[in-house]
Amino acid sequence: MVMAPRGLTTLTDNKGSLMKIHEYQAKEILRHYGVVTPRGIPCFSVAEAITAAKTLGGPVAVVKAQIHAGGRGKGGGVKVAKSPAELEAFAKDIFGMQLITHQTGPEGQKVRRLLIEEGADIKKELYIGMVVDRGTQRVALMASSEGGMDIEEVAAHTPEKIHTIFIDPMKGLLDKDADSVATKIGVPAELVPQARVLLQGLYRAFDETDASLAEINPMVVTGDGRVVALDAKMNFDSNALYRHPEITALRDLDEEDPNEIAASKFDLSYISLDGNIGCLVNGAGLAMATMDIVKLYGGSPANFLDVGGGATTEKVTEAFKLMLNNSNVKAILVNIFGGIMKCDVIAEGVVAAAREVKLSVPLVVRLEGTNVELGKKILVDSGLPIISASNMADAAAKVVEAIRK
Amino acid sequence: MSILINKNSRVITQGITGKTGMFHTKMCLEYANGANCFVAGVTPKKGGQFYESIPIFENVKEAKEATGATVSVIYVPPPFAAAAIDEAVEADLDLVICITEGIPVRDMIRTRYKMQGRKTRLIGPNCPGLITPDEIKIGIMPGHIHKKGPIGVVSRSGTLTYEAVGQLRELGLGQSSCVGIGGDPVNGMKHIDVLKLFNDDPETEAVIMVGEIGGSDEELCAYWIKEHMTKPVIGFIAGITAPPGKRMGHAGAIISGGKGTAQEKLAVMEECGIKVTRNPAEMGKTLLSVL
Repeated sequence: MVMAPRGLTTLTDNKGSLMKIHEYQAKEILRHYGVVTPRGIPCFSVAEAITAAKTLGGPVAVVKAQIHAGGRGKGGGVKVAKSPAELEAFAKDIFGMQLITHQTGPEGQKVRRLLIEEGADIKKELYIGMVVDRGTQRVALMASSEGGMDIEEVAAHTPEKIHTIFIDPMKGLLDKDADSVATKIGVPAELVPQARVLLQGLYRAFDETDASLAEINPMVVTGDGRVVALDAKMNFDSNALYRHPEITALRDLDEEDPNEIAASKFDLSYISLDGNIGCLVNGAGLAMATMDIVKLYGGSPANFLDVGGGATTEKVTEAFKLMLNNSNVKAILVNIFGGIMKCDVIAEGVVAAAREVKLSVPLVVRLEGTNVELGKKILVDSGLPIISASNMADAAAKVVEAIRK
Repeated sequence: MSILINKNSRVITQGITGKTGMFHTKMCLEYANGANCFVAGVTPKKGGQFYESIPIFENVKEAKEATGATVSVIYVPPPFAAAAIDEAVEADLDLVICITEGIPVRDMIRTRYKMQGRKTRLIGPNCPGLITPDEIKIGIMPGHIHKKGPIGVVSRSGTLTYEAVGQLRELGLGQSSCVGIGGDPVNGMKHIDVLKLFNDDPETEAVIMVGEIGGSDEELCAYWIKEHMTKPVIGFIAGITAPPGKRMGHAGAIISGGKGTAQEKLAVMEECGIKVTRNPAEMGKTLLSVL
């Protein structure tokens, strides 16, 4: 077993444009792979929650808010009910609440689904995570005795408590490695075989569903001698969804940024930010660099937007619409390094898009590449109030200036 | 001199009959010595046909045997691209350049595993390719912005590489070779592998190293540079303003768990004696200052 090298990817890849699912969905997947979870029923209303608790029976039931962000317990989204009256009260409190956690942002996320589960007699809480490690180019299994904690905290303060194995893609997670990890994090010897089943099931689930992240935090040892996945989180590689219709079907659009959903329909890569300068760029690296230079010149980017290699008129128009959906946008900066695409074609796309959306905020355009002079002429001849820039620095200076006017 | 490719390289295009493959093969043929360099294409079930007078073969092995080519470039769609890399590796090519964007990470983990102990080098996937100006271009970059000269360029991003090359051109500085290593988290050659080649290349006098958020490849490269590099290196890292936890277009461009930030990379690079700029418009100017 090898300790995690410096820079090993840790486990907070949970706010980006990755495919995410709910806890109850992750547990359904994991059960198929032999992972033991508490019995539970997903619910879409308070009435369903009450019925579910009756169906489960037992002295206690747990009400768990289902949103894609972590930190639900601390935010008040997980409660243990010891009576039917308590269960109803908790379900009413949590269902429909605006749940705020360290991962949701200050506005929080509305709770539209609940998971009602049987209680567990917890003797020990442990941590299990799985992620693709870029350094070794393998799936890394990370385990810790510090279950229920934020793993970044553990990594920062007591890294010696995190045990990592890099899994051979052809051999899978070997019995001896699974047993060794389980023992190191404090699973009692007689329960190691159960932990092995869980860890190997988790790896097979990760591998076969093209997951990008899986986390069981906590994995618990119970008073009646069982090893149980008390919580579960899975993210997936969006590049592999074409071969997983069963995973794609689990997508919950209520949990995603509407602008980012709209962008994905047109094959645009878009991320909302909190500034006021809309940025439209071709290429991910140049798009990031454009945000950076806007900031460097005293402005603040409203978004990341990569229109990709083929910036057609249709794509540019949709990109303008997306940026202008954000009422904070007070100016737009277009930065295109034409490359093989010709600047006159891009200029025509920008002019058509500006006309179609009846653009009312200042527009600064920087074009580079083939036919750049022809492109600039098209912008000037359009009669639109387009500010032409000669390079990236000039463009950033001009867009920041335009906002100050 | 140059690194990895020159006018004597002989190249197979895998996926030559697809729309992207046809378009970019034509552009590459028209660049410098391209007409002599691009000697074969591969598309299953189209063996025996021709594209722009380039013979098409059933598989890489046949193409290699018939033409003596040692390099391939891949435009195969994502579901089949990793298998295309495997095929080139099994045929013992020297170099494979995979342009395809969107290959599942699981496929790349297996492909990289199978490459262990093999002679083949991989550039990409999800990259613009590489160019040795005035000799050969293999990939999708615009040839006309480049010119021959003493500067090596290596980058994870396509258009940001063009930006760097454009700035060099403004200053009258040409390039020995420009290498786009791609924006995926599991890929072939890293910054460090390319820097080693530039260090050994007599024609290269200085290097622009362009990175971005995510992973720790730039840091590893910086530590190597500090110990071994005999030529000046300047750097830029894209994504100082990128929010944590979001994938910025490239699958590999993500800050996770506070790791892989631009600030951290820039700090390590500076600590290792690399002159960095935080202004993407000043990559050329910064390079000029170290010559």
